Amino acid sequence: MLLLGFVLTATIAFGLWHKRSRGQVRSTRSVESALQTPAVTAEEIGASLGSRVTLLQFSTAFCSPCRATKALLADVVSGLPDVVHIDIDAESHLDLVRRLHINSTPTTLILDRNGIEVGRASGAPKRDQVIAALAAIS
Amino acid sequence: MTYSHVTSTAAPTSSSTHDSQAPKLIDARGPRFGAAVTSLILASALLTHSTPLVVISLAFFLIGSFFGPQFTPQGLIFNKVVKPLLKGEVVKEDIRPPRFAQQVGLLFTTVAVVAGLASWSGLFLVAVSACLAAATLNALFNFCLGCEIYLLIARLR
Repeated sequence: MLLLGFVLTATIAFGLWHKRSRGQVRSTRSVESALQTPAVTAEEIGASLGSRVTLLQFSTAFCSPCRATKALLADVVSGLPDVVHIDIDAESHLDLVRRLHINSTPTTLILDRNGIEVGRASGAPKRDQVIAALAAIS
Repeated sequence: MTYSHVTSTAAPTSSSTHDSQAPKLIDARGPRFGAAVTSLILASALLTHSTPLVVISLAFFLIGSFFGPQFTPQGLIFNKVVKPLLKGEVVKEDIRPPRFAQQVGLLFTTVAVVAGLASWSGLFLVAVSACLAAATLNALFNFCLGCEIYLLIARLR
């Protein structure tokens, strides 16, 4: 009884925290960003970067919210000619996944015009946060 | 499993380097209902320290792992009984994420059953607790197990 109570309490506490933290767009403070090192090159991802912003989404086949995230981001960038959304299969880019510390899917990196990571969202991001993040990048 | 090919509908601003096949889709509420039933079974197993109850759960995971969660007893009950009672928008999801979760459940319940039969009480309780936690997260929070652990496993390769 005690064990069941402990497992359920811990599970619900974790679930509440997890639900709150997923999808939040956070600004990146990594060494690479501070050194102005581009996160990826166009060659590595097989697509050219946006002239102002690139939303680089990592997905896998075993991820339900990846589909919804892909649809949301494609919708947000439609009509923004200087913003590009690229959805890549994490499993076939494990070198990038390791280098960029992608631990879960969907993870969306926000890259500036030079390909430098300025923010990221782990989990399905919220529309208004994505729009606000895009607006903040010149 | 039949996957039909579709042409890419990616907008010019969005490019995709994978997934040109249309996956099999099911009602996303089904696996959640199934996880709620699994949670009840495993909670009972934990309370009564019952290996037979874990065997039942294992059998359900076995069906879900190979054929998909819609063919488990809970999935069939959902389609026949629960779904007609539900109103509101039907959200479809790819069968692969919930099937992955079923496979993880199969792994944990297998460990639990082996531990139960061998009278390794500690391991039995840990395995049942872990599986119960995952099922409860799925039922209550629509937790996507594949999102959190698949890439970590893939990174090990």
